[in-house]
Amino acid sequence: MNVPAKAVQSPEAFLNALFDESILIKTGVDGLYGRAGVFEEVIDRFENAVTKIAVGDQATRIHFPPGMPRKNLEKAGYLKSFPQLAGCVHSFMGDNADHMKLVGMIERGEDWTEMQDATEVALTPAACYPLYPTVAAAGPVPDDGRLFDLKSYCFRHEPSQDPGRMQLFRMREFVRIGTADDVTSFRATWLERGEQLIKSLGLPCVIDLANDPFFGRPGRMLASNQREQGLKFELLIPVASDENPTACLSFNYHQNHFGSLWGMNFANGEAAHSACVGFGLERTALALFRHHGTKVDAWPDDVRRVLWG
Amino acid sequence: MRDRVRAIVGSMNLLPVPVDSLSDQDSLFDAGMTSFGSVQLMMAIEEEFDIEFPNSLLTRKTFATLDGLNSAVEQLVSQKA
Repeated sequence: MNVPAKAVQSPEAFLNALFDESILIKTGVDGLYGRAGVFEEVIDRFENAVTKIAVGDQATRIHFPPGMPRKNLEKAGYLKSFPQLAGCVHSFMGDNADHMKLVGMIERGEDWTEMQDATEVALTPAACYPLYPTVAAAGPVPDDGRLFDLKSYCFRHEPSQDPGRMQLFRMREFVRIGTADDVTSFRATWLERGEQLIKSLGLPCVIDLANDPFFGRPGRMLASNQREQGLKFELLIPVASDENPTACLSFNYHQNHFGSLWGMNFANGEAAHSACVGFGLERTALALFRHHGTKVDAWPDDVRRVLWG
Repeated sequence: MRDRVRAIVGSMNLLPVPVDSLSDQDSLFDAGMTSFGSVQLMMAIEEEFDIEFPNSLLTRKTFATLDGLNSAVEQLVSQKA
């Protein structure tokens, strides 16, 4: 049976349908799931379609691990804006006596996490975060800028039974670094390309002005700033809810924020601007399963042609 | 009150230029205040005047100029009285 069908009663119902069909596999933690082979195949095919669109751009491809230096996450200001989403890796660093204490705490069912200390590693919250310091370290940004093609597993601590809100998920990103004109024109190009690609996959979508989920009352100010300056757009697809469609692609203009922060400068000392387009790979795959069903062989021919060639 | 608001902006190292070089109508953002700087300013003003900006005033516009800030602070202080 080719389920789930188009009608989704709730995010939880959609998640359970994905479990029932073995598209996603439970781990016992909300937002942390195994992926079936067919799910991975859809992601691979979608990524190939993205790559095909971008092939003439000759982006430099880099694959960072899903962890990044904790000090770089701090310097990037992530904890000022999104303390609720950040994840830092902790590890045991004690001696023999501490080890015995740790084992005893676990055996007694006590909270043993105080026996761990923070490592130098933080989990990457967005694929482009590790990029900027490495570009800055490579010397002046050339006059015609740089273009990168990135992909990373990303972590955000927001446990949820909405399958579109995983704690660990993959993000494919293109990042343009250059003048304000260069990077805003890059973003405009991808707004068009992204919409065309998603429509070619038979998915309903809308592009809307957006803001990041900044924390707390100060976050309202930051969100207002971001919206008023038109810095973020999202391509939304109904995935686990028709009323609250899911952001599957995002198009962000950072102005010269990362350029100034990391010293990512042109030869004349001026800070470079940057923009990125991010593809939520799990979210897009979920959108395809939601709208076309769990049996990929039964997907519409024109959709299969885009993905399988 | 206007002097106190100006003094807070001047004391916070939010701008690369002296606050006295700006008129009440000049844009603080154009003068170099960052988005996060505006958040720090919001919190400092709330503490100084013992007020809380409602969501409707937590906008870029409110914090864009000293004039805008003064109006908001005057409004909130008078509501408190």
